[in-house]
Amino acid sequence: MSDKRTTLDEAVTSIESGMTIGIGGWGSRRKPMAFVRALLRTNVTDLTVVSYGGPDIGLLCSAGKVKRAYYGFVSLDSPPFYDPWFAKARTTGAIEAREMDEGMLRCGLQAAAQRLPFLPIRAGLGSDVLAFWGDELKTVTSPYATDGGYEELVAMPALTLDAAFVHLNVGDERGNAAYTGIDPYFDDLFLMAAQRRFLSLERVVPTEELIKSVPPQALLVNRMMVDTVVEAPNGAHFTTAEPDYRRDEQFQRLYAEAAGSDETWAEFVSTYLSKSEADYQAAVRKFAADRTAAKSAKEGGTR
Amino acid sequence: MTSATRAEVCAVACAELFRDAGEIMVSPMTTIVSIGARLARLTFSPDILLTDGEARLLADTPALGAAGAIEGWMPFGRVFETLAWGRRHVVMGANQIDRYGNQNLSAFGPLQHPTRQMFGVRGAPGNTINHATSYWVGNHSKRVFGDSVDIVSGIGWDKVDVDNPAYRFVNVYRVVTNLGVFDFNGPDHQMRAVSLHPGVEADQVADNTSFEVHDLASAAITRLPTDDELTLIHDTIDPKSLRDKEVKV
Repeated sequence: MSDKRTTLDEAVTSIESGMTIGIGGWGSRRKPMAFVRALLRTNVTDLTVVSYGGPDIGLLCSAGKVKRAYYGFVSLDSPPFYDPWFAKARTTGAIEAREMDEGMLRCGLQAAAQRLPFLPIRAGLGSDVLAFWGDELKTVTSPYATDGGYEELVAMPALTLDAAFVHLNVGDERGNAAYTGIDPYFDDLFLMAAQRRFLSLERVVPTEELIKSVPPQALLVNRMMVDTVVEAPNGAHFTTAEPDYRRDEQFQRLYAEAAGSDETWAEFVSTYLSKSEADYQAAVRKFAADRTAAKSAKEGGTR
Repeated sequence: MTSATRAEVCAVACAELFRDAGEIMVSPMTTIVSIGARLARLTFSPDILLTDGEARLLADTPALGAAGAIEGWMPFGRVFETLAWGRRHVVMGANQIDRYGNQNLSAFGPLQHPTRQMFGVRGAPGNTINHATSYWVGNHSKRVFGDSVDIVSGIGWDKVDVDNPAYRFVNVYRVVTNLGVFDFNGPDHQMRAVSLHPGVEADQVADNTSFEVHDLASAAITRLPTDDELTLIHDTIDPKSLRDKEVKV
């Protein structure tokens, strides 16, 4: 049985400029942020990114790595809600936007996973989604009659991915894995739509322990769906990976505020993003400790 | 009779969106609408389904932000299936709405080079073509109610292609604002005043809307909350008075 484990930086060496990558999770929830940070440490550029977007897209935009984005939204899910780097990329025209309805994105992943050229969906009709896509998005007329007419529907093209990255709570070294939170999001579809499949895990455990620790229906991912496994504790930080940890709201605010000026962003990059994942996690622990110290000092002072 | 605030009138107007809704999922995207949906469930629409904002269907109807017993599971994938199935009424916010109910929450300015970026179209295209959709606007102004919207996210009535049966489920139902309640039963499905909140004059609505609002002069007055409804809002649903933050008075 093959052990698929490697390191973050080794894993992303197979990502090349110009590739189309899918990123699992949703908004600022269970994002494979350790992989995103690893991508930031590479020279890869001109990426096409498919995502239920959050700070994953934001951080990749901050480093100028995104050429085109396929998304239904980009949201931080809590104040200040709008991702500053995605907003900058959009308002400067730096990226080509393929914006769509949220359901269309799943539909495109389903088509890719089923090796179909498209799947029909009603969403998008009449809206500016079609204008966002230019000639890339077409409609299809149903061959079956509805109410005496024929429905013309959006023909959602397969969102076929060169690579997909997802982060789950617990799994084994072969790529069997479970989500222990409340929502699977669409991580299984991202993996099935991709050529190269990357899974990061909060904890890697023996298969027997995995099976004992979760109900079988939580095992969203099986080893057919995964090429590479990386153990990355706190790897979704600063997004939530409940029940392991919640979103780090203070750190997310720091990220959003740091984007406000070149100086503050340079400091953020230097403190958090310029070195290894281990250095990042150490800096995050220091951020939390400093915050706690400041809070107790303040409380002590007011007594 | 206790006096009701504008926010409480708005919450009750939102509750009325779900009268006779039956056993469907109601998705309120803002505080006032969440209060309205919970009020509807505790009074005249007990069968509606509500989530906790994540993937849990609530069995209890707890205060905003409080946990309660659950009755089921509604992850995002199941939300997509439910909305295509049509058993849902969503109430979204809007950065822009035009006379036909086209809505924008995506961005301001040109598609590929906007001047301001918001969320993107989110689920608005799929919501509006599949099931009942209403909007909540806490600051009724010409900026929101403009002649046209920059990026059509939720589709309005003028987008309906009568030759294409795929549009047969469109139901852009109502808009509740800090000034009144509106629907799209004016000429050619244009926006029409259903009722103005107590103390709001027709001129005030006209002055804050870029297009003509039909039936302004003949609009009813939005009903006041009953004493029971006020008690539920104050004591059960919104003891922290979050409702006042979303309403311009």
